[in-house]
Formats: sequence, C-alpha cells, structure tokens
Amino acid sequence: MSLRLHGIGLTYPDGERTVHALDEVSLRVDPGELLAVTGPSGSGKSSLLAVAAGLVRPTAGSVHVGETDITGLNGAALSRLRLNRIGIVFQQHNLVASLTAVEQLQVTEHMRGRSARKARDKAVQLLATVGLSGKQHRRPSRLSGGERQRVNIARALTARPEVLLVDEPTAALDQERGARIVELLRDVTRQYGVATVLVTHDTQHLAQTDRTVAIHDGKLSG
Amino acid sequence: MFVAIRDIRFAKGRFALMGSVVALITLLIVLLSGLTSGLADRSVSAVRNLPATHLVFGGAGDEQPEKSFADSTVTPRQRAVWENTAGVRRVSPLGITTTRVGTPNGSEASATVFGLPPDAPSAPTGTSDSAVVISRSLAEEQRLHTGDRLSTTAGELPVSAITSDEFYSHTPVIWTTLDTWRELRTARSAGAETPLATVLSVEAEPDARLSEADSAANTLSATVGDSLEAVGSFSSENGSLLTMRLLLYAISALVIGAFLTVWTIQRSGDVAVLKALGGSTGYLLRDALAQSLIVLLAGAGLGGAAGVALGSAAGEVVPFELTARTTLVPVLVMIALGMVGAALAVRRITSVEPLTALGAGR
Ligand SMILES: Nc1ncnc2c1ncn2[C@@H]1O[C@H](COP(=O)(O)OP(=O)(O)OP(=O)(O)O)[C@@H](O)[C@H]1O
Ligand SMILES: [Mg+2]
Repeated sequence: MSLRLHGIGLTYPDGERTVHALDEVSLRVDPGELLAVTGPSGSGKSSLLAVAAGLVRPTAGSVHVGETDITGLNGAALSRLRLNRIGIVFQQHNLVASLTAVEQLQVTEHMRGRSARKARDKAVQLLATVGLSGKQHRRPSRLSGGERQRVNIARALTARPEVLLVDEPTAALDQERGARIVELLRDVTRQYGVATVLVTHDTQHLAQTDRTVAIHDGKLSG
Repeated sequence: MFVAIRDIRFAKGRFALMGSVVALITLLIVLLSGLTSGLADRSVSAVRNLPATHLVFGGAGDEQPEKSFADSTVTPRQRAVWENTAGVRRVSPLGITTTRVGTPNGSEASATVFGLPPDAPSAPTGTSDSAVVISRSLAEEQRLHTGDRLSTTAGELPVSAITSDEFYSHTPVIWTTLDTWRELRTARSAGAETPLATVLSVEAEPDARLSEADSAANTLSATVGDSLEAVGSFSSENGSLLTMRLLLYAISALVIGAFLTVWTIQRSGDVAVLKALGGSTGYLLRDALAQSLIVLLAGAGLGGAAGVALGSAAGEVVPFELTARTTLVPVLVMIALGMVGAALAVRRITSVEPLTALGAGR
C-alpha cells in the first residue's frame, strides 16, 4: 500500500501573521520504496511527517494511506491508524525509560489489545533482524545511541505497517553508525514491503535511498 | 497495566516512598479509629447497651429538662405519665452516679453506680438491695471477689456478683437497686429532695406519642443513640478524634494527588510517545490508574496490617477496639480517597499532545 500526499498546505498561526510550513506538497511513496526528504532546518520536514502520520491536520490537500483518506478521520481513528498501519521512527529515540528493548516492542502490541506475552517471540526476532540479538533485556540507559535507534526502528515495524515515517534517525549518531542505520532502513523497506519516508539533512546517506526530494520553505523540488 | 508495573519496578525508590507515606497514614488512621472506638466504648458502653429505645431526661426542680445525665432527675409523677403513654411498652427508672469506692485492700477506685429495679431487663443477675454487682475489669484491677465488701457513701456493700464489662464516662459500672442507689446519692448531697432516678429508660413502639408524653411530664426524650452525647465528655472527645481522622484522610488524598501530579508531568514525554505510536488516551489512563491502585493497595494494606498488629498489642494497655469498622473501613476509605486524588492527577494525560513526541526537544 502506498502513501500519497496531494496538494498539502499547512500554516501555523504566528502572532499577527501565519507561517506557511508546507505549501502545495504532493508526493507518492510505493511499497518497498525508500524516499529521502532533505532540506535545511525549518524547511518543513518534520511538519511533512506529522501530516503524513495524522498528528497534524493539513490546512489544505489530502493524505492517503493505501485507499484510506486520513484527512477525514477523527482522533480515535487516527490513533488506530498509527497503531496498526503507520510506523514512526522518531528523531530522538523516544524509548520509554522503564522498559527493556523487547518490552518497547511488546507495549505496542499490548496497546493493540493483543497479549504482550504472545508478542514476545516475534519481538525478539524483530530485534535480531535489526542486529540486537542478545540485548533484548537492556533498558535504554544501557544501550548505545545506535542501538537505541535500532530499537526505535524495530518498534515502528512491530505492527508490520504499510508506511514507515522516519525523522532524522542519524542526527545523534556518528558517520559510521548513521550509515548502518540507513542501510538497515533500506533493508527493512525491501523486506517488509513498506513505503518509507526518510527525513534527513545528511546528504551522505542519500546513495542508499531510492529517490530523493528536497524541501525549501515548505515547497518540494527535485 | 503493562507500563504501570514496569514503571513501579523501574522507579522503585519513589514508589516505595509513596507507598510508605500511604502506609503510615493508614496506620495512623487505623490506630486512631480503634482508639476512638475503644474510648467511646469506655465513655458510653453502659448507656449504648441499654435494652431500650429511648431515654427520658427530666429537669432538676422547676428547671427545663436538658439532655445531660449530670443535670437530669426524674420523679415518680413523670414515670407515671410515661407509663400511661400509648405505645410505650416498658418504663424503667435508672439512677446514675459516679462515685469512689474503697476496696478491702485499702485502695480507692472510681466507679459509676447504676441503680435500677432488680427485674429491669438491664439488671445483671445478683442485683439486690445493699449489695453491688461489679464489672469484670473493676474486679480484675482491684482483685475483688464475690463476697468482698466495698466501702461506699451508703456504707459497706458486699459484691454479690461479677459480670461482663460496661463503662460509663471512663469508669467501670457497678449495679445495685434504686433504693441503695438513692442512699448512696442522698449521703452525697444531703438535704436535697431525693428523686426517683436520673433518667427513665423506655421501650417504645415506633408510633408512640413521645412528644405528648414529654410535654405532659415536662421531660425530654431522645433515642439511645442521641443520648450518648448527654455523657459529659463524650461529644468533645469524639469530635476532636473524628476531626483528626478527617484531616488525615484529606492529607492523604492531597499527598497522593500531589505525588501523582508530579509523576504524571514527569512521564508526559513517555505518554506523548505512546500516543504518537497510536496508544489511546483510554489505554494510558487505565494504565496510570492501575498504577495508583497498586501503590494504594500495597500501602494501605501494609499500613492496615501494621495497625491491626499494633492495635491488638496496644489493646492490652489502652482501650482499643479491633473490628472491621475500625480497620477495614479506614483502609478502604484510604484507597477510595487515594483513587480520587489519582484520578484528578492523571487527568492531565488527556491533554498531552502526541505531536510533541516528534519534536527534537525532548
Ligand atoms: N507548532 C508550531 N507552531 C508554529 N510554527 C511552527 C510549529 N512547528 C513548526 N513551526 C514552523 O514551521 C516551519 C517548519 O518546521 P519543521 O519543524 O517542519 O522544520 P524541519 O524541517 O523539521 O526543521 P529541523 O531540521 O530543524 O527539524 C518552521 O518555520 C517552524 O518554525
Ligand atoms: Mg524536524
């Protein structure tokens, strides 16, 4: 299932005036495709992801996840959509401090109303896929930055989502580790046939992606 | 409850602290409840356990009757009016006087003399003229036995029987006949007109014309329950202990609310992430409330258990009543009030914005 944004506009109120964070943004990502979005700070990259995730309602345009037009959904339906069909990898690892690596994955299954215990084997397997076998019992404080980011990715994949939204996963990592994370994202995109949007301002990693679009002042180019 | 339990395990210290506060407050409330109840028993058990529905107070001389055992006296005329009131099944006069008695071994003890007809339902077996039936605790404290002679204002009176404990105004009760009670009392206040008794204990039908009898006899009738406050110190004692308990309940709800407010603010980042991942507000609220319930159950349970243990140990030396009402009820009230505090505190989960999880500034 693909992710399609059509004619997205997003304005934030800013005192008297309004900020145009996104302006006429249209893009399409297909299953198994890794799309990179680059742009300078403040250009609207995170805003684009927020709209695609249903965390912010665009002021214009439509977002389709598969056949679903998500712009018409209410809050609860958007929550369910994120829970079951969209994976989000945050810029900061955003792991829950009290949970071990495997529990970070289990909790999302628990939120889906499934048995956390039954989800365990699958979660351990998924952690192995991202290169964390043997570390499933560690809490975030005992994982390195790169390892946390891998847990973050594994957590986003737990529901086998159709769409994966990744916000600057390499920002806190060195060159070497950053490259490995992008490699991992490319692999899981292929393996799970997920439509992935990777936001980055790091042009180093673009070789690993299928396609790159640039964003400036809320407008796409390239 | 997935996150709730793991949060507690993760932040053991903080939750242990919170649980201890809950436990200590519960312990205090249980001890206070047991003590209040025990003291109340020492103050009014003899009145509370009277086999009557109402007590009738009379004024001294021409004075208006007041609900006070100290000031009340009833006359034979008043008794007659009450006996002839429709719906009143039984009227028995009861004389109450607190006095000091001397024991054969030379010591003195305070006691309250209940004077009543030997055939009254509340008269213990052995009640007879010129003899006393005494409460067990008085017998134990003063090592008294049946046949021992007590010196009183009405002369030496032999102990005719020992019966189960009753108390009035923190003194053990001793029983005798109205005639002997009158002698005791006359000797104390020689000269004054000797009344029939202090109050009338009345067994009345629900539809009895009590107020008519009151105005005809110039008396004041009250249910036995309402009459307890007529025992001098009872209301003020009970009132201050009750105030302390209510304050403790309020403090505990506030403390729990404050702790959980800080805790909820601290974990709002986690809440935003879980919401962004698709967790519903209902899921997160249930989780947070379950967390509070665990802490409250553990804390209040522990405090309650400690209260029972300490209370039963203290029961040897101080009046302490161990019943479900003095133990289980405070524990349950603590948990309920704690959950109210918790509900107010975790309410702010509703307003956590999942979008903040996307921001870099976490
Ligand atoms: N909640 C908000 N209220 C007002 N303006 C906002 C808000 N969020 C973002 N903006 C503005 O919208 C524009 C786009 O912000 P966005 O966060 O999407 O940029 P970004 O490309 O992700 O930047 P960075 O690389 O620094 O993360 C910026 O001008 C920003 O100031
Ligand atoms: Mg950003």
